[in-house]
Amino acid sequence: MTDGPATSPAPAVEPGVPPAESPSVLVTVASVALGPPLKFLAAFGEHMMLLGRALAWIVRPPFRPKLFVEQMEFVGVGSLPIVTLVGFFTGAVSALQTVSALKLFQQERWVGFTVGVSLAQELAPVFTALMITARAGSGMATELGSMRITEQIDSLTTFAVNPIQYLVTPRIVATILVMPLMTMVFNVIGLCGGYVVAIVMSHVDFGQASELYRYWTDPKDYYMGLIKSAVFGLALALTACYQGFNVRGGAKEVGRATTRAVVYGSVSVLVLDYFLIEILSLIWPFGGG
Amino acid sequence: MTDAAPPKSERWQIQVRALHKSFGAQHVLRGIELDIERGKTNIIIGGSGQGKSVLMKHLMGLLQPDTGHIYVDGEDIVGLDDVAIGTVRRKFGMVFQYAALFDSMNVVENVAFPLTERYRLPRAEIMSRVRDLLQRLGLPGVEAKFPAELSGGMRKRVALARALIDRPKILLYDEPTTGLDPIATKNVDEMIRRTADDFGVTSVVISHDMASTFRIGDRIAMLYEGAIVASGTPQELLAAPHPALREFVETSGAVRFDAKGRIL
Ligand SMILES: Nc1ncnc2c1ncn2[C@@H]1O[C@H](COP(=O)(O)OP(=O)(O)OP(=O)(O)O)[C@@H](O)[C@H]1O
Ligand SMILES: [Mg+2]
Repeated sequence: MTDGPATSPAPAVEPGVPPAESPSVLVTVASVALGPPLKFLAAFGEHMMLLGRALAWIVRPPFRPKLFVEQMEFVGVGSLPIVTLVGFFTGAVSALQTVSALKLFQQERWVGFTVGVSLAQELAPVFTALMITARAGSGMATELGSMRITEQIDSLTTFAVNPIQYLVTPRIVATILVMPLMTMVFNVIGLCGGYVVAIVMSHVDFGQASELYRYWTDPKDYYMGLIKSAVFGLALALTACYQGFNVRGGAKEVGRATTRAVVYGSVSVLVLDYFLIEILSLIWPFGGG
Repeated sequence: MTDAAPPKSERWQIQVRALHKSFGAQHVLRGIELDIERGKTNIIIGGSGQGKSVLMKHLMGLLQPDTGHIYVDGEDIVGLDDVAIGTVRRKFGMVFQYAALFDSMNVVENVAFPLTERYRLPRAEIMSRVRDLLQRLGLPGVEAKFPAELSGGMRKRVALARALIDRPKILLYDEPTTGLDPIATKNVDEMIRRTADDFGVTSVVISHDMASTFRIGDRIAMLYEGAIVASGTPQELLAAPHPALREFVETSGAVRFDAKGRIL
């Protein structure tokens, strides 16, 4: 290949730069600059691998419906009180602000529509996801993490049970299924909160408000929210399972994994929210009615 | 080392050959050669962090070695696929260092787990087998309790019940007595001994505890710096102790040696 005698390969450096130092400088700079993105990519890849395995196990026997039901109960029924509470006050606060703004134009009767749509598209799916991340996501990370450090996950393997199929698949699938349901609950309770503030306390005319809400709200507002919530469910459960499953070390590591599950889970919900809006707006363009 | 499989042996149930395992830069197992004798209580001793648990996890395929072979009843289990390794694992029961009972299940569900996962048996039969075994291990009346409600010694026994329920040929115990008081230690030792005699299983026990090692061991192997540096019957080992073994045994105070290395 080279025309000269085959000695050591020529270092790929610019002329005038001392060859002994430049590679290490380049490597240092590159590793400092590229370290975080590469780490992120590696972690992302690992999440995707875990997801792929978890999904592949759905269709392979043995099937254990009981585990799915248990997880749906944990994620859904267990989160119901907090979702109800947060839903009520979110609707109430949203109505309060909307009413006070609309009052300037004597247009308070629009409150039902405004609150309803912002709940349906944004508030309900995002807040529900954040609540479930804090409650169920942290619970999953703690449970799987402590199962890991006390060798319960290894012991599953000794009984020829695949731990991903047994532990991760039910959690991810259950969260994907339950999230839209919880989001609907949030919507309904949120409207109740709005009703109390707008109709009961601020004396907005209920007939007019509900008429406008019914006329202007579109099913797509709800579909968007529900699709988003299912994706959020996938993201938060995957993050939590990944963190818990990969704990190494002792109890302190379990605590840190739990914190990471909540922080990364919440961040990924908010980041995904943006991208999902962009993607869904291709299907249902803004202002399309 | 040689790649030829050792002949299937009546005497040796498990044969480990030239086993190497690294985690990243850390070379934990450096050419393990180990024979586990059928129907006997085989004890592996060694200091903390020497790789005893790692070695044990290799024996039933929970970890894959970098190189080397593990023959179980003459069959090399390294590199088997999921299904094949699943079959091999049915020969084993393992009692983990911290019992590793499932927190979310009560005692009965824990002990029945291998049966409910592996077979479709009528509930009544499972229950009678579980009750029977708990009775034999001196654990009546704990059936509805959860692991968190049991003492350390009881948890070890429930873990043993879970390991025994599917009638394994080989039982692995990872530090069964660590963290137990002397009386509980003695009870667990007796339990291991009795299990070996009553159920006719081959036992592999990891231990720090020199006193119990010499009390219950038929064969002893010492793991030191990633290799088995000494192995044989207790008498053989004490007759010509390896320096590392000697130090280990002496510091524990279980056996003392004179200046020429003879037992006092
Ligand atoms: N899954 C793993 N990943 C990375 N390193 C590991 C893993 N398992 C074990 N190690 C390392 O291998 C070494 C041996 O660990 P091992 O648990 O086998 O020690 P041990 O002899 O059982 O010690 P102890 O008596 O304290 O239980 C340790 O340094 C440990 O950090
Ligand atoms: Mg250990």
